[in-house]
Amino acid sequence: MTNAIEINDLHVTIAGSHILQGVSLIVPSGGVTAILGRNGVGKTTTLRAILGLVASSGQIKVFDHEVSSWPTHRIVRLGIGYVPEDRDVFSGLTVEENLRLAESGAEVQYDEVFSLFPELKKRGRQRAGTLSGGQQQMLSIARALLNNRPLLLVDEPSKGLAPKIVGEFAGVLERAAEHSTVLLVEQNLSVVKRLAQRIVVLDHGEVVHRGEARDLDDPTLVRQLLGVTGAA
Amino acid sequence: MNIFLVLTFSGVALGAIYFLAASGLSLIYGLMDVLNFAHGLFMTLGAYAGYEVATRLPSSLGAPTLIVLAIIGATLGGGLAAGITELVLIRPLYGKPISQILITIGLDLAVVGLLMGGFGSTALQIPVPLWLIEPTHIGGVFIPNANFLAIGGGAVVLLGLEWFLSRTRYGIIIRAGVENREMVRALGIDVGRAFTLVFVIGGAMAGLAGILYTIVFTGDLVSPSQGDSLLIFAFIVVVIGGLGSIRGSAVAALVVALLQEYTSFYIGGHSGWAQIGDLSTVLLLAVVLELRPRGLFGRVA
Repeated sequence: MTNAIEINDLHVTIAGSHILQGVSLIVPSGGVTAILGRNGVGKTTTLRAILGLVASSGQIKVFDHEVSSWPTHRIVRLGIGYVPEDRDVFSGLTVEENLRLAESGAEVQYDEVFSLFPELKKRGRQRAGTLSGGQQQMLSIARALLNNRPLLLVDEPSKGLAPKIVGEFAGVLERAAEHSTVLLVEQNLSVVKRLAQRIVVLDHGEVVHRGEARDLDDPTLVRQLLGVTGAA
Repeated sequence: MNIFLVLTFSGVALGAIYFLAASGLSLIYGLMDVLNFAHGLFMTLGAYAGYEVATRLPSSLGAPTLIVLAIIGATLGGGLAAGITELVLIRPLYGKPISQILITIGLDLAVVGLLMGGFGSTALQIPVPLWLIEPTHIGGVFIPNANFLAIGGGAVVLLGLEWFLSRTRYGIIIRAGVENREMVRALGIDVGRAFTLVFVIGGAMAGLAGILYTIVFTGDLVSPSQGDSLLIFAFIVVVIGGLGSIRGSAVAALVVALLQEYTSFYIGGHSGWAQIGDLSTVLLLAVVLELRPRGLFGRVA
């Protein structure tokens, strides 16, 4: 089985801060791999580096293509759907226009997306900036799922959302992971335990733990790696 | 009342030209963060392209046909010049704002110098049909027909641009790019193509503005520096309207032009200080910046 992503000795420096200090990790094809860590350890930067949204050094392979020097749009066209941390829906565009912008190729799955998020179909003409936080997250995830991408990069989908909505999104990602590889950045351990098979823990810009999601059942390890209790 | 009506028509015509000059500038900055000081040059080149078309084609085509072809030539000439500028000079300098400013100023100075060398510094006359010189009687006053050409041109471009931006995929990409360029890339879209397209559209509108300004306000005379004098007001309109906003540019263009016309006549006419109209636009700019720094319709920085 080929790997979806291979990262070797990845370094990122932003405004003089050495954010990623030699990150190496592998995301096997299929299932969910979660990146965990305290705030500011470089989880989001890792996703952004994979997409070429920040300058980096080191090796990044996506589906066996060395993409370190590629422009973002070319990397994404390898088949990546991206759900950014702050949703980043286009607030001045309608829901329909946001989705239309995400269309790529012939395999556009509007029926699938609207069956997952019927609310979006009802609000097609509404400006995305007037949607609630949960609805904006629906739209952000819908954009990523619209084209049946083989790889999804999902950055903190539960951030700022009510527990009930978080559960619904986790269900959607669970279904998406049946046919796509998902690299998930998430602080909510219950979501990680529900979705992920593998985990990578970052600290101070380095990988400090690689393992199975069941490692999170060990409260001592969780406290040691993440500084929180495993009951979250 | 009669004078007010004449000033209003003249102001709306000038506003239409300001809109044509400013909207491209606004889109270019909104999408690409490029302060394009060569935009005035595209207006000048458009006017010269129109002059070349109107004077080199056989006069047997008739003045009405020639002026239509000249307007089309000016629009295409402005768009072509802008497209080449983006591909050759601007593209290697994205993310380097100081270099962009310097190169666009340098390009403007160099090409204006070349125009002076090639065509001379004396203004050249574009032949126009008699209808454009004649006035139309409206509400007890005579309005020059050329005003209607400018107003019609501005209105058609505004409607066309609104349609393009709201109904076409590239239009949606441009609107999204103005808001969040990085996320557009993250959807797998090559923003570089949109950059070139916006430059071409902006340059075409500037070329159109250049020839309409010639026909309506300079007595059909084309001169090498006319675009640069228009550019100052285009920048004022862009800032007042809000960077990246087409509707903002349209509203601000009308407000600036009408204010300029009214103050020039009602205050400048009595005081003998003709430049008061120009000064009033700068004062308006200062007030808007003080009260609403992002402009009337601009995005939050």
